[in-house]
Formats: sequence, C-alpha cells, structure tokens
Amino acid sequence: MSQDPAHPDPAHPDPAHPTGHFRHHPVREATQRDSAIDHSKVRVSVIDTARFDASSRAPVLLGFLLGILWLLQGSLLGDLTSFKFDWPDLLSAQEYLTFGRVRPAHLNMMVYGWASSAMFAVSLWLMPRLCRTPLRWPGTAMAGIIIWNIGVFLGVALLLTGVGDGLEWLEMDRRLADPLLILGAALVGASIWRTLADRKVRHLYVSVWYVAASYPWLVIIFIAGNLPIYEGVESAAVNWFYAHNALGLWLTTINLGLIYFLLPKIIGRPIYSYWLSLVGFWGLALFYSLNGMHHLIGGPMPSWMIATSITASIMMVIPVLAVGINQHMTITGRFGAMRYSPALTFIVLAAMSYTAVSLQGILTALVNVNRITHFTHWTIAHSHLGVYMFVTMSLFGGIYYIMPRLIGREWPSANLIRAHFLLVGGGMVLYVVALGIGGVLQGLDMLDAAKPFEASVTAAKPWLLARSVAAVLITLGHFVFAYHAYVLYSLSKTDVVPQPPFFFIRPVLVKNIK
Amino acid sequence: MTRILVLLLGALATVIFALVILVILPGTLLAKVDHAPELKPYTRQELHGRTLYIQNGCVYCHSQQVRDPSFTSDVARGWGNRPSVPADYRFDKPHLLGTMRTGPDLFNVGGRLPDAEWHLLHLYQPRALVPWSIMPSYPFLFEHKQQAEAGDKALKLPASHAPASGVIVARPEALDLVAYLLALKHNYPAPVPKPAPAANAVNKP
Repeated sequence: MSQDPAHPDPAHPDPAHPTGHFRHHPVREATQRDSAIDHSKVRVSVIDTARFDASSRAPVLLGFLLGILWLLQGSLLGDLTSFKFDWPDLLSAQEYLTFGRVRPAHLNMMVYGWASSAMFAVSLWLMPRLCRTPLRWPGTAMAGIIIWNIGVFLGVALLLTGVGDGLEWLEMDRRLADPLLILGAALVGASIWRTLADRKVRHLYVSVWYVAASYPWLVIIFIAGNLPIYEGVESAAVNWFYAHNALGLWLTTINLGLIYFLLPKIIGRPIYSYWLSLVGFWGLALFYSLNGMHHLIGGPMPSWMIATSITASIMMVIPVLAVGINQHMTITGRFGAMRYSPALTFIVLAAMSYTAVSLQGILTALVNVNRITHFTHWTIAHSHLGVYMFVTMSLFGGIYYIMPRLIGREWPSANLIRAHFLLVGGGMVLYVVALGIGGVLQGLDMLDAAKPFEASVTAAKPWLLARSVAAVLITLGHFVFAYHAYVLYSLSKTDVVPQPPFFFIRPVLVKNIK
Repeated sequence: MTRILVLLLGALATVIFALVILVILPGTLLAKVDHAPELKPYTRQELHGRTLYIQNGCVYCHSQQVRDPSFTSDVARGWGNRPSVPADYRFDKPHLLGTMRTGPDLFNVGGRLPDAEWHLLHLYQPRALVPWSIMPSYPFLFEHKQQAEAGDKALKLPASHAPASGVIVARPEALDLVAYLLALKHNYPAPVPKPAPAANAVNKP
C-alpha cells in the first residue's frame, strides 16, 4: 500500500491491481498521480519553500512567543496547584490564589494560552507549505492571534478575581472573554481556509484535512458550549460534550496534522498508507465527537446518553489504531534518525503517546475500570498524558523544527535541547505513573465502603507529593526551553551567519531502498 | 481527498450529528422534568452561596451526585439514600456534578452534616476538625476582630487554631456559603416520572 516514489511511470499501473475498476477509481488515480511524480520535481526549490515560510513568519513567531509566555506562567500556577495538595494552607490567605481558582487558571492558560496559540502558529506555517502558495490574509491571522490572547488574558484574570462561568474547560467569562476567543479563532481560521481555497496543489495532504477541519470544529463547539441556555443535567451534558471535543476536535487534530507532516518530512519517506489516513481522520471525526458523556458514567443522565458515549469511546479503537499503525509503519526502521533530530524525538514520543492515551481513555470508559478510577487523580494523570505527553510534546517538536527555518539559524545548543527533553520527558513519566498509581489506590479505597473516606485521602498523599516533584522538573524544563528560544531569536538580530544552516542546502533525497 | 467542499461538509456533518445526539436531543427530552415537591428553588442567600461555591472552585474536589449502589459505594458511604436523578438538578444553573472526589460528595451534605457552626469552623480551618484533611482553608471568608459586635457570628476555635487575641468572625460570604451547603439536602424519595402519553398508546393495543 505504500506510495512508492521509486515507480514514477504512470503508464505502468500498480501491479497489485492490474485490471478492473480499481484502475479508474478517481481517488486512487489522484493518489497515484500525486505520489508517482519524481520527488525531485515535486520538491519546489528551497527558494519557493523559503517564500512560503516568509509569508507566515510574523504570525507564526507571534503565536510561538505568546504560547511560550503562557507556558511559563501556566507551569508556575500548575506547580502552585500541586503544592496546595501537599501543603493545603499554602498561600490560602488571598482569595486570588485559593486552590479552586489557580487550578482552572492553570488549565485555561495551558489549553487556551499555550497550546492554542502555538497551534495557531503551527497551522499557519503548515498551510502555505502544504498548499504550495504563500499564506493569504496574514494580517487577519495576526489580528486573530492577538484578539484570542487578549481574550485568554481577560478570561484568566477574571477567573482569578472570581468571575467565571463555573463549567470545567469553559470557565472563562462568556460575556467578556469568550466573544474575543470566538472572533480570534474565526480570523485565524479565515486565513487558513482562504489559503486552502487558493492552493496550487490538487491533492489535499492528510495534514490539511486535520488542520483545516479543526477551525470550524473549534468555533462550533465553543459557541455551543458557551450558550447560556442550559440548566440542570443538560448543562452537564453540554459541558462534557464541549470539554471532550476541545481535546478531540481541536488539540488532537491540529497535532495529528503536525505529526503527519513532520514524520515523513524528517525521515524522508512517504506516509505508509493513504487509506489508513482516511480511516483515521473520518473515524475520529465521527466517534470522538460522541465521547463526552463517559465523564459522567453512573451520573444522573439518561442511560442511553452514557451508553452512546461508551460505545463511541470503544469505537475509537478503529481510528486510533489506524493512525498508530500508519505512523508506526512510516517510521519503523528509521528510529535511529531520532539521534540527529530533536524535533523527530519529540514528535515520535507524541505520536506514541497519542496511541497510549487513547487506549487508556478507552479502557477508562469501560464501566468496570471506571467504577475505580472515576473521581480520582487517575483522571488528572490521563489528561496530562493527553494534553502534555501528546499535545505539548508534539508542539515542542514543531517549534524545534519550525523556528530555525523562520529565523535562519540552527538552535544554538544541543545540550539545552537534551536538558529540556530529559526534564520534561522524565518529569512527565514520573507525573503520569505517580498519579496513575495514586489514583487507583484512592479509587480502590473509595470503592470499599468498609474503609473510611480518610483512607482514600491518605493513600493518595505520597503520590501527590511525587507529582509535585515531577511538576517542578517539568517547569525547569520549560524555563530551559524558553531561554533557548530566546537565545535563538536574539541571534537573529546579529547579521553574521557563521555557516548556513543545513536546511538551506538543497536536500538530498533518501531513496526508498528495497 | 481533492475537494475542499467534501472536507468542509463532512467535518460539519459529524460535529452537528454529535451536537444533535448529545445536546439538542437531551435538551428537548430533559427540559420538562417534573421535580419532587420537596425540592425547593434556592433562596437568594443560598444562590449567593452557590455563586461563592463556583467562584472558589469547590467543584474541582467535590462532586454532587450519587451513583447506583449496584456498582459504587456512594449509598453505603451515606452520601445519599438513592441514586440522584435529573429532576434533582432542576434548579441548578450551571450544573455542579463534578468529576473529582478529592473530598467527599456533597449531594446530601445538608442532611449529613446539618450543623452550621461545624461548617463555618471547617471552612475557616479544616484541620481544626479533621486532622488528615487536605482541603484548603478559607480565611478570606472570615474577619479577625478584637471583639465580636452585635449580630456577629464568632467561631469557637480550639486553642491550637485560635488567634492570640480577639475573635474570628464569619463574613456574610461564609454564612451564605454555609446556607447553600445546608440546602444540599436530597433525602426525599425520587420523583416518579409521569408516563408519557405515547408510551401508554403503545401499551394499549
């Protein structure tokens, strides 16, 4: 099934299907034509690529800058949140820093500040590359990023002063903050779709599906989630419809698009299977969007809603395995390339975490597992495996790949990248393992009615302390990363380039050797 | 894929399908649930307490739902005498079902712990009453005065947590929050849903 560039002649069709209707299948023909062209012809000169990169440079760098600033603040608040489990009287005198406010502030800063800003940047960089045309409406995109970030700033500031909507993942004030977020995302989306409409390629690469579709998805679910018309348990249904889809149809999709782009790009080998990509994309769109109610298993909802979500959660096996197999088969045999590309290291870790977190999510949606893990720290471990080990790692990989190309210089220090990787990677493994164990112990104690509630609290305490250690390691890693990005950026102000970065040299293709 | 329109329409179709199933359909089905006569709308003070509950993020550690005793220990723990049903949440806007039980469930806390003074003391310093608790203290809901004035609610703190001089007095916010907590009392039997006319029609041949 691999799209093999070694057989460029369309006059000789695929020997696997020499006759019959397969030969005239329109999608198949398009796929074959696009993948059969000799790569040296498809690869527009580096000058063209540099032109596309230049067209998106300003909004992309802005998105990364704002994202990294949120990342640092969000980590500090995350640490504070974690410390408050260990020392509950820490900084409790001020209402602005009470646990119940810094926790949602941490989540909102990370999801809407850090991840979303960086994802705007990533999508604005990907689209010109994949559509082989300069970015359309870059000013609009830039305005969108700024408006979105003003919205996040207002939302988080209001949250800390006690103004918010009170729904998890939707805490930001629906009158003052949310309209700005909707407008911001719509403006960035407009630039994305305008570029897509003016594309210079016929075939839409899989990353384009994910990135382009994410924008209408985000705007629709965000508006639906924030309407002030729901009450009672319906408000819970909408809450988890939104929160789960913010993960599934926004955070996940943009990052899968990025992984689908960078994996083949860095190792110089096409994606293993076009059809698996299709199954992965449409399967995710159909099943992920129905998953939300598994956050309310056993709750006061009509059982058909919960059953729908459990079923859809189990069906997620299909797209998750499709994407997992597709990406694994693409990179298999080339894992060694991770030694030379930090971007690839982060991306591969992110891709594996996507499979891991999805399988863990499916497992958690099963009633027998859920009765133990529901309402425990296991959920927090799971969400960090998703939003950190998958989403944030993928964004780190993206930034390591994209920033030097926009600045025209290599990252100055391999050791700082190593330190960053070891701190955040090691920290997050400790985080997920510790909270996972703590959560299960807590859940088992809670399920046993013979034990007092105290048992579930004390069982989790040492693991919460381990989580705090992990949180500090991760924060250190973020500061290393931010410092390194700052050094790289400030180098662009000096004009002497000691040697051209490797990506300015015309790339030599790695031929697919059989 | 080569067509933008297929991508756009396909993406819209899937998310709208999910919206219909999980938001619009339940909205029409759940909107008119009849609540039990014992369930009263929140008073002004309780509503203000509820706002404080939201503002200070109590929901991040406390759930407000009792699940089926057949597969959980919720009822056995005394968190309620029956599973909660949609009608119990008739006046909740937004919902506060919660997803974490770092602390115990509060669906029935007003019935379980009916003592307002206990709650005030517990909010001021949980560890004064429950040594193993990891709940944050909320000193900003209270005031340190040299002397309690008329109408003030002074806390009876144990010596280990009492200030060196003067008294700790509850602010109106603390009283409102406690009023809300005490209103969380769902110890009446679950309302019996009226059979829908359509269902009757099906049953009668």
